[in-house]
Amino acid sequence: MKRINWPLWLGFLLSVVTFFSYFAVFVWYPITRDFPWANLLLFALSAVLLFLGVRRAFSGDRRRSKIAAAIVATLGVVVIAFFLFAFFVGGRMLPASKGAPQVGQKAPDFSLNDTDGKAVSLNELLTTPINGAPPKGVLLVFYRGYW
Amino acid sequence: MAISVDAPEKSRDLAQQQGYTFPLLCDSNVEAIRRYDLVHAGAGEGGRDISRPAEFLIDSTGTVRWVHLTENYWVRARPEEILEVSKLLK
Repeated sequence: MKRINWPLWLGFLLSVVTFFSYFAVFVWYPITRDFPWANLLLFALSAVLLFLGVRRAFSGDRRRSKIAAAIVATLGVVVIAFFLFAFFVGGRMLPASKGAPQVGQKAPDFSLNDTDGKAVSLNELLTTPINGAPPKGVLLVFYRGYW
Repeated sequence: MAISVDAPEKSRDLAQQQGYTFPLLCDSNVEAIRRYDLVHAGAGEGGRDISRPAEFLIDSTGTVRWVHLTENYWVRARPEEILEVSKLLK
């Protein structure tokens, strides 16, 4: 009877689950978000399982099992590599922004529409009283957006 | 307040979902984003220009008091960090 190569399939499944777990779970906790150590540990475990699965397939003499193991293990490694690349290489591909305003400089004014289509300028936000008191300042958060 | 290239409707949904009460401004033409030298060319959907993540704390005189330009866009300024630097504002 054909036996399922469970380390192989478990390793592959774990690599896929680990990939999505960053976005579904770990991104919500600062300790697992800024450095994805939880994902790295789980990926390491899935790599070990994939390795064991490949070794198991190649220790037998069924040609189809060997081919299947090679394909599944490669896919698992691609998933792991894609995450590592996106996080450690892709995430660092950012413009230098050498011309961004620096501490001590005046922040350039601008006027943009808010979600109600009303024009809002930085100077206006800095001078419009909040609850009767002048504002202490403004935090500008530029973000990539969700498109 | 927060600025992105997102359409106003998109930002309105985001504010409602998350319960944000600060203004979300729409910079579809990357005007302010360009003025602050934050354009991340071609990084958006279909090769569209977007903003790189960046945070600036501006005091009431319009002077920059704190800047955070992350080196990795997966890593952003944390709320505690911003609460700490907001003490710079008198």
